[in-house]
Amino acid sequence: MAAQNLKHALFCAIITLIIAYPILGLNLEAEGTQVVLEGADTVTVVSIALAAIVVFLFQLFRDTIMASLGRIPRLNPLANREPMEQGRRQRFETIALVLLVMAALAWPFFVSRGSVDLATLVLIYVMLALGLNVVVGLAGLLDLGYVAFYAVGAYTFALLSQYFGISFWLALPLGACLAALFGLVLGFPVLRLRGDYLAIVTLGFGEIIRILLNNMTWLTGGPNGIGGIPDPTLFGMEFGRRIKEEGNSSFHEVFGIAYSSEHKIIFLYLIALVLAVFTAVVIRRFTKMPVGRSWEALREDEIAARSLGLSRTSVKLSAFTIGAFFAGFAGTVFASKQGFISPESFVFLESAIILAIVVLGGMGSQIGVILAAIAVVILPELAREFSEFRMLIFGAAMVLMMVWRPQGLLPMRRIHIELKKQE
Amino acid sequence: MLEVRNLSMRFGGLLAVDQVSLDVQEHEIVSIIGPNGAGKTTVFNCMSGFYRPTGGEILFNDQPIHGKPDYKISRLGLVRTFQHVRLFNKMTVVENLLVAQHRHLNTNLIAGLLGSPNYRKREQKALDRATYWLDRVGLLELANREAGNLAYGQQRRLEIARCMVTEPRLLMLDEPAAGLNPAETRDLNQLIISLKEDYNVSVVLIEHDMSLVMEISDRINVINQGRPLASGTPEEVRQNDDVIKAYLGET
Ligand SMILES: Nc1ncnc2c1ncn2[C@@H]1O[C@H](COP(=O)(O)OP(=O)(O)OP(=O)(O)O)[C@@H](O)[C@H]1O
Ligand SMILES: [Mg+2]
Repeated sequence: MAAQNLKHALFCAIITLIIAYPILGLNLEAEGTQVVLEGADTVTVVSIALAAIVVFLFQLFRDTIMASLGRIPRLNPLANREPMEQGRRQRFETIALVLLVMAALAWPFFVSRGSVDLATLVLIYVMLALGLNVVVGLAGLLDLGYVAFYAVGAYTFALLSQYFGISFWLALPLGACLAALFGLVLGFPVLRLRGDYLAIVTLGFGEIIRILLNNMTWLTGGPNGIGGIPDPTLFGMEFGRRIKEEGNSSFHEVFGIAYSSEHKIIFLYLIALVLAVFTAVVIRRFTKMPVGRSWEALREDEIAARSLGLSRTSVKLSAFTIGAFFAGFAGTVFASKQGFISPESFVFLESAIILAIVVLGGMGSQIGVILAAIAVVILPELAREFSEFRMLIFGAAMVLMMVWRPQGLLPMRRIHIELKKQE
Repeated sequence: MLEVRNLSMRFGGLLAVDQVSLDVQEHEIVSIIGPNGAGKTTVFNCMSGFYRPTGGEILFNDQPIHGKPDYKISRLGLVRTFQHVRLFNKMTVVENLLVAQHRHLNTNLIAGLLGSPNYRKREQKALDRATYWLDRVGLLELANREAGNLAYGQQRRLEIARCMVTEPRLLMLDEPAAGLNPAETRDLNQLIISLKEDYNVSVVLIEHDMSLVMEISDRINVINQGRPLASGTPEEVRQNDDVIKAYLGET
């Protein structure tokens, strides 16, 4: 056992050296017209050696370390408490939710513009993650191309406003419905697929959409993207300094207050908040309805679900369609927030991040997903100084999470249904 | 009500079911018995639409159903359980029963979101039916447990309850007594008889437990290596020489 560990640890350390040294320890330098290979400075070499030692030690004591990781949850004082009684918990949850929403409504008026902007982004990710949660968490269909529907929503608004001058409020349902239509269209070819195969096809679909947007230059402007996407208006009031559209009035003039660029940002945040709450409420309701239950039944056992008369076609299509619908919402808000979109915003990494949020949050659990969205969007911003290592930290956090709490931050809790025995 | 004629099912070179015929009348319990690998489950899989038979025909109330997709067959009232219990493990016991009543519910999304009176009425009916059957199989106390956490015998009963809430005409049970202790088997016995007597459901039963089969079956079909060996009342089958040689003799 010990010998085996030692061998394994040595092997891992050597692999670390083999991978790290050529990449980090050797530099190509231009000397006049020639390119020469140079060893890096001592600091780098020492760090590589240190890294190898760390890997060696970790692998050597891996079992002990992993075991102690498993003990962490037991340090949690709340871990072993009795579950709250049904009625009390419901009241508690309602109050907590109301307070939360009220706080969320009030705080943008007290903080900086940058924080509000970031919070809007968080809310967009909340919408995306809640929507993907339907497909992955509830229906159990691994979708790696979810960003495609986000892109459809964003581009619908951008294109409609560019060519037809359509406003945000009209584009919002249109974008969502078009995204839903794309969800339906993707659903058909992948009906028979599960697991890995499904993941690959959806991944391909996401890329197809992005590449189409990139190459249909005549329509979408290709990599140059589309700019000048209008901001949302409030009953015909615009938030800009000057009115852009004929017939609109201006928010600061109507209310007789000084113009501030913050108004627009706060307004967008509030829209995103309302839409995110709407998304959460609707999806939560779905999970208690026949559709939601059939998604979960399909995830749990497709054969049994079919033997009870559920049609795989309609269940899968409904999951894809509804998931995509909310991505379309998020896309429209995103386009409006940025004012400019290009295919670069809809790369595979986006899909991966949204999926990471769903998995981190605990498949199927709404509160977990919301917390995870906050963490995943805000942490990298806080760690700005380490922005080079963002992905590294992100990856490490994911690995740790999966080891420590494979069920996610807050795994889904079943809904309690009170049954009364009839006489 | 159900008629299977010359059913054959071939998997590559293996003829798993060969020219099997059987019929089930209203208000009847018909058993299929046979040694391991005889092709009993395969017959079920063909009847429930899980496999498309390679030969023969299956009529349900004089309508051909072979080749129909499984979910459509189950909607006709032909519902089955599985040899290895298949529950929705992460869902609660009542949720398992609610899923099964999908067709009795109002599945209109808007009606559901707004909680229309019709939606709520049907949802309540489904809950009542679930309550009734949970009580009937003795699982009412466990209604909000995750189905995967139930004991084996309870899972078996839940699977039957899950079929019954769909209000089937014909119930197909694949080795429902497998893994049950004698007391549980006796209860199951009672339950199956009561399904026939009180709920007017016909039952097709695959079972290894001979005492159970002999006691409750109206008729028995014996298959051996995919081929029909004998059929008749329990008494006739018990006395059949071929059966004794091929099956009963060795157990
Ligand atoms: N999908 C399949 N592909 C290939 N062969 C199969 C398939 N399903 C069943 N078989 C074969 O068909 C034969 C009959 O299997 P079946 O499961 O119907 O037997 P059984 O009578 O239910 O046996 P048991 O009492 O063990 O449940 C077996 O030899 C089995 O290996
Ligand atoms: Mg079998």
